[in-house]
Amino acid sequence: MWRYVAKRVLLAIFTVFIIITITFFVMNAVPGGPFASEKAPSAEVKAVLEARFNLDKPLGQQYLLYMKNLLKGDFGVSMKSGRDIGQTLASRFKVSAALGGMAAVVAIVFGLIFGSIAALTRNRWPDRVIIFITTLFVSVPSFVLATILMLIFCLRLKWFPVWTSGNPSYFLPVIALAMYPMSYITRLTKSSMLDALGQDYIRTARSKGVRESKIVFKHALRNALIPVVTYVGPMVAYILTGSLVVETVFTIGGLGREFVASIQERDYSLIMGTTIFLAVLMVIAMLISDLIYKVIDPRIDFK
Amino acid sequence: MYDPNIIPKKQLLSLQLDVSKFYAASDEEKEQHVQIRESTTFFKDGITRLSKNPLAVISIVVLLLLVVVIIFAPMIVPYGYEEIIKVNGKRDRTMSNLRPLEYSELEQEAMAAGEEVFPHLFGTDNLGRDYFVRVIYGTRVSLVVGLFASLIVLIIGLLYGSIAGYVGGTVDLIMMRFVDIIYSLPDTLMVILLSVVLGEVLTPLIEGTALAKIGTNMISLFIVFGLLYWVGMARLVRGQILTIKNNDYVLAAKALGAKSGRIIRKHILPNCMSVIFISTALQVPSAIFTESFLSFIGLGVQAPMPSLGSLASSARGGLENYPYKLLFPAIAICLIVLSFNLLGDGLRDAFDPKLRR
Repeated sequence: MWRYVAKRVLLAIFTVFIIITITFFVMNAVPGGPFASEKAPSAEVKAVLEARFNLDKPLGQQYLLYMKNLLKGDFGVSMKSGRDIGQTLASRFKVSAALGGMAAVVAIVFGLIFGSIAALTRNRWPDRVIIFITTLFVSVPSFVLATILMLIFCLRLKWFPVWTSGNPSYFLPVIALAMYPMSYITRLTKSSMLDALGQDYIRTARSKGVRESKIVFKHALRNALIPVVTYVGPMVAYILTGSLVVETVFTIGGLGREFVASIQERDYSLIMGTTIFLAVLMVIAMLISDLIYKVIDPRIDFK
Repeated sequence: MYDPNIIPKKQLLSLQLDVSKFYAASDEEKEQHVQIRESTTFFKDGITRLSKNPLAVISIVVLLLLVVVIIFAPMIVPYGYEEIIKVNGKRDRTMSNLRPLEYSELEQEAMAAGEEVFPHLFGTDNLGRDYFVRVIYGTRVSLVVGLFASLIVLIIGLLYGSIAGYVGGTVDLIMMRFVDIIYSLPDTLMVILLSVVLGEVLTPLIEGTALAKIGTNMISLFIVFGLLYWVGMARLVRGQILTIKNNDYVLAAKALGAKSGRIIRKHILPNCMSVIFISTALQVPSAIFTESFLSFIGLGVQAPMPSLGSLASSARGGLENYPYKLLFPAIAICLIVLSFNLLGDGLRDAFDPKLRR
């Protein structure tokens, strides 16, 4: 098993390395360099600026320097605002992490509950209602859902205040972010639960006279959880990218909004730093969900 | 002399055959072999199953209706998608932000003078462009992006996957390692990154050519799909081919001297077509989602050209006063994506042999 873990961790590190390399060289392929779009600075200013950002060195050397700094946790500074990117990421990510964490919990908890209900009431009305709603919500882009929620509940009905950093109102953004993964988990749980309920060991448990609640929770749900665990990694990736949209719509000062702003302002060093940061988070999430999957299911052998 | 009515006595150990078994079948006997049910092909059977699935049929009808509307509506409505509407050559200040079916002041005057003015079904936008036409064109753009992107994914994935799966061995190993690496990259982030950069790189390259009209962002969207999203399809195709390759009929074809190309075309591809087809149908909504997401963060199609994502995104500006501007493109996106999702599910139920009961 440890061999598998080591192999998987190495693969993750390699992926991160590839991501950083791609990001670096792709961003450097932009013609004209980062100072081209601004009012053309004088040759001296340009030389100073280029020396400041190591742009006067050959590309290979720049790459090595960037890698070295990243290993030390130094993301460099933003080329537009001059702020330290590492600090910006750290301070902004707190808000996004709180939001994303809540959304993940909501998605998993309610997804499991609704999925189990749908499986247990198969082809009766609760199942039909749940499947209808989840099918609908899988087809709604997150920014549309977020905007409509904000329009109805913030602006028209005024049930929830508009987000301010002093008075954060998490409810609507969390709903907007959690709806898609929740719908997905619901469908996943339903199908794996139906699968588990059809197994022989359930029949055996029933014939032994085990209580129905125990059958559902101990025998069926536990086994139905396994496929759901594999979705945790993609879900983290979805929530992180979804936060770009949801934070922009609700004007939440998190990492997502910062990223969108940096794209619109073409702040290349910030785009680079944020991409790498988010990508590493996603790779870690994938790694963890993969490892948990292998650990909790004793039927899987490590090859 | 031979008399058919007399069956010669059979010796115990003789190999002599029972002659009665070789008589021509009577009409009555022939009738037993007539098939009551018409013989069906895999494809026909799937279509029959599909037509019994009401949700799939409804989504096909919805999609066909949408296609008809986006083809013919621009012919009927006299406004262009980037045309700032003028009345008899005069610009009208009251033309912007009209509500659905409202007319501007100059238009009302023109109508009072007996002229015919085509109604603004969805109103107008802040620049005084007909919103209905813009939504129609946005739907066109989104559908085209979805279909084209899926097609690109299909072609690249099919070629790559079938080569890796069919050749096998070291080639397969190397090819699939490459796929694994791309597969492990966070796709949305890479799409954003590439769209940012490709937009900048492509603009000077295609200036003046016919491609410039499509816009760099849309081209970069296709390139991104061609670079990243084909890996899922390649994996699927490879897996399918690996299982089919080991079947006996492929061995038989090989024994008869069929060349690789023929085996792939005639024996392997038809057998994995249904799975590939379903996955392509499900790729369309995901491409439309990606396009609308990119439009939302400002990386979608170029400015005067509308897409459903960019329309919905720019509608956020006057959300409190004009919520319907969000609703029209939003409903269109949801309708398209929902229809493709339901159709894909229906196709899977109808065509996937593994789900057959």
